Amino acid sequence: MDAGQALADLIEVSSQIDGAVLLGPGDEVAASTWDGDRGARVAAAARALVAAAEEAQGGSPLTQLHAASETGAVFCVREGDRMVAAVTTPDPTVGLVFYDLRTTLRLAAEQAEAKAAKPRAKKASPKKEAEPEPEAQAEPEQEVADA
Amino acid sequence: MRRVVLALAAAGAAVAYLRRRRTTPERVDLYFEDGSMVSLASGSGRADRLVQLARDVLVAARA
Repeated sequence: MDAGQALADLIEVSSQIDGAVLLGPGDEVAASTWDGDRGARVAAAARALVAAAEEAQGGSPLTQLHAASETGAVFCVREGDRMVAAVTTPDPTVGLVFYDLRTTLRLAAEQAEAKAAKPRAKKASPKKEAEPEPEAQAEPEQEVADA
Repeated sequence: MRRVVLALAAAGAAVAYLRRRRTTPERVDLYFEDGSMVSLASGSGRADRLVQLARDVLVAARA
């Protein structure tokens, strides 16, 4: 499952969430439910909101944010160097939305870890293929020694 | 006539009350790494700035 699929699943399970954007390390947009530039614009606006919230509280690191307005609500959840920002209908079930967003972040992090582990495994496998040659040469010698 | 005026006034008050109740209060809840939480209700300078930034997010999402 990639980050885009994690967001698609989020939208599918939560009827209250209109859309969401996932920001990866370096604050780049990893995935978005909006097409084109809209995801980047939402990400930029969400980053500005989180930065202003942290600034307002003396720079304390923020993990979750919920802003309610008459036209809808904005949620931001951050874990490590990843953040997900979502827009919902007015009066959503706050706890449920936070739970869904945390789950999405966890799935995205797991997927990124799995992706990072794959190249390591690929790099390691050619060494294993190269190893049998010396063993094949060593075996006859052992037989001679045993004999 | 007096009863009609009273009935209309009561109905008007009921509608105003229900509309006020239905309106979502604008606020921002902040949850920090140390487990603390701050709720900023609309009306204070800090909250109004954050609510405006949240509106910007909504506008960007729905534009």
